[in-house]
Amino acid sequence: MGNDQTVPVLSSAVPRRVSLFITCFNDTMFPQTGQAVVNLLERLGLRVDFPLEQTCCGQMHFNTGYAEETVELVRRFARVFGDSEVVVSPSASCVGMVRDHYPRVAELAGDRGLAAEVEALRPRVLELTELLIDRLGTEDVGAFFPHRVTYHPTCHSLRMLHAGDRPLRLLRAVRGIDLRELPEATQCCGFGGTFAIKNADTSIAMLSDKIRTILDTGAEVCASADNSCLMHIGGALSRQRAGVRTMHIAEILAQTEERR
Amino acid sequence: MTDAARHPPFPQAARVALADSQLRHNLGHATHTIRAKRAEVVAEVPDWEQLREAGRALKERVLRHLDHYLLELESAVRAAGGEVHWARDAEEGNRIVGDIVAAHGVDEVVKSKSLTTEETKLNEALAERGIRAWETDLAQLIIQLGDDMPSHILVPAIHKNRAQIRELFMSKLDDVPPDLSDDPRELAETARRHLRKLFLNTRVGISGVNFAVAETGTVSVVESEGNGRMCTTLPEVLISVMGIEKIVPAWQDLEVYMQLLPRSSTAERMNPYTSLWTGVSEGDGPREFHLVLLDNGRTNVLADQTGRQALNCIRCSACLNVCPVYERTGGHAYGSTYPGPIGAILTPLLSGLEDAGSLPYASSLCGACYEVCPVKINIPEVLVHLRHQAVQRSAAAGGWRGRLSGERLAMRAMARVFANRRLYEAAQRSGRLAQWPLVHGGKIERLPGPLAGWSSMRDLPPVPRQSFRDWWRNRS
Repeated sequence: MGNDQTVPVLSSAVPRRVSLFITCFNDTMFPQTGQAVVNLLERLGLRVDFPLEQTCCGQMHFNTGYAEETVELVRRFARVFGDSEVVVSPSASCVGMVRDHYPRVAELAGDRGLAAEVEALRPRVLELTELLIDRLGTEDVGAFFPHRVTYHPTCHSLRMLHAGDRPLRLLRAVRGIDLRELPEATQCCGFGGTFAIKNADTSIAMLSDKIRTILDTGAEVCASADNSCLMHIGGALSRQRAGVRTMHIAEILAQTEERR
Repeated sequence: MTDAARHPPFPQAARVALADSQLRHNLGHATHTIRAKRAEVVAEVPDWEQLREAGRALKERVLRHLDHYLLELESAVRAAGGEVHWARDAEEGNRIVGDIVAAHGVDEVVKSKSLTTEETKLNEALAERGIRAWETDLAQLIIQLGDDMPSHILVPAIHKNRAQIRELFMSKLDDVPPDLSDDPRELAETARRHLRKLFLNTRVGISGVNFAVAETGTVSVVESEGNGRMCTTLPEVLISVMGIEKIVPAWQDLEVYMQLLPRSSTAERMNPYTSLWTGVSEGDGPREFHLVLLDNGRTNVLADQTGRQALNCIRCSACLNVCPVYERTGGHAYGSTYPGPIGAILTPLLSGLEDAGSLPYASSLCGACYEVCPVKINIPEVLVHLRHQAVQRSAAAGGWRGRLSGERLAMRAMARVFANRRLYEAAQRSGRLAQWPLVHGGKIERLPGPLAGWSSMRDLPPVPRQSFRDWWRNRS
């Protein structure tokens, strides 16, 4: 929304092959999301590769103030994905880190070579729903998910990536889904990385309001494009025994009538 | 400028505020109402994005050539019959104002709403010299009567509801009708009677400044009630205190801000009372005009290439109204004249991280502030920049807080792990093993040490048996 001067111009050619950047968090805590991304993309005819040398994008370090510690992780990312035609990730905030903050890290490191590598790489790093809508030109991925679902658009997908209604367009095309509109959807859930620890009370106050709006929808599943926000939301739903589960949007889009 | 030295760090102050259900209700209602109205009136302007860009670019030009524009302003004001004073810091600014008031032999002044004089604690400084400063902005009056602190840039008494205001008037003002209700019209009428007497009997007025035109020497106050206009026109002597960044180059530049400011702040299409004056005019308004140019840390902010954009701020408060943190904690938790997202950057920039080290962390980096800022201050960027400075400071000084140094060790260790695939994969395996004492019934409900804040309301899923990369390797 007018803050788009940092958004790189994304190429529009249809890719055949994509490299998956799973993110350290999904790799370790939510492997089922990565499996869903692979299944979904292969179903859509793409070849997926997974460079095993990948680790972490450095978002937590950078956003908490540890810029020096981030530099090596940026170098690593540029090295691991430097030859990839397209990099796709099921995390809006990690993609936002690469596209919006990597140039700043390279600048702080005073490394012009890295700055050039990062500049070349940025437009090729896509969040999953961007790849599906903008590059593959598809809204209907052939998914089947006969459940009541509400969607929480995370702050970084909304305000860093400007994802707009891409995730909702994908969800609306899912067969059998009963999609419920989330009130006050664009309000932050209160996660914010280390904010949830450093300012736990404020984070919980924000989370309480988010939980209330989720429960108001009557949904049985709360979906999103970032498992970090979902772990925070899901953690409270679990604690309250609310009977609502959280799911990454990729896991919904991967489900078909055959594969349930 | 800040009470932060005496004020607890944000997380503690917020904890107290979050427990106040009346405050939560008052603030939630007020911010949601103004938020929706702002969005509506901004959507009416087809060239809003171009206006924002113009507002930003003009401020950038002013800041880049501030030395030139300040001198231009000084000579224009002098040429129009005003006097100009330069103040390095709050103390010098307050002394200048106090000397002018004392020279006129009065012990009472009327004030229009001014954040800059809040920043310098002018009222307290005047009181020490036996001078009583009367606040005339309705909300500021409510704050003064209640011996309270402002909690919002534009609506200082946003944390009060009308029942609380009625009680305050009943106990603190003279000549209040005994059957005063909490009807806003009746409350405003009561304040009006009190203020009218002051306006007609006070010889010195003090104001802040929203914009000063370097080219013409014109100074402007933008307000909603008309009380600011009373302050700047009725007294014989007018003293205006402005931060040195409040300059616009030329008269025509006001056009940009007079569109951006009202829609962003009060969600009005046009500002109700815009007072503009140039020096003094024979037989019209004050006979004596003093402009005090205040630095008070601003040149330090100017020297910070990333932080400098905070000086673009036109004090509209749109960022406060959309901030999910401010909405819940209110302004007092920030312990500063400038609360909310802009305060979280401006306060440490102006007065240093020493006193306000917790403020850059008082944000989830959701970005709502940047999205609405009419002069495009990238607040999340400056927050992260200040966090970086805080981390560097603590490394140099050997422990900003004991906890942070523990944090630094953890961050360094994690950075080493992430920089090496073998270490990373080993850490995944050991996480799986190390968690077993914490996992009960398929979830983690209690976490130790600094992570306990997480588990106070949230469960944590255990690390699953197979990582994604294990699955990938088995598959191919």
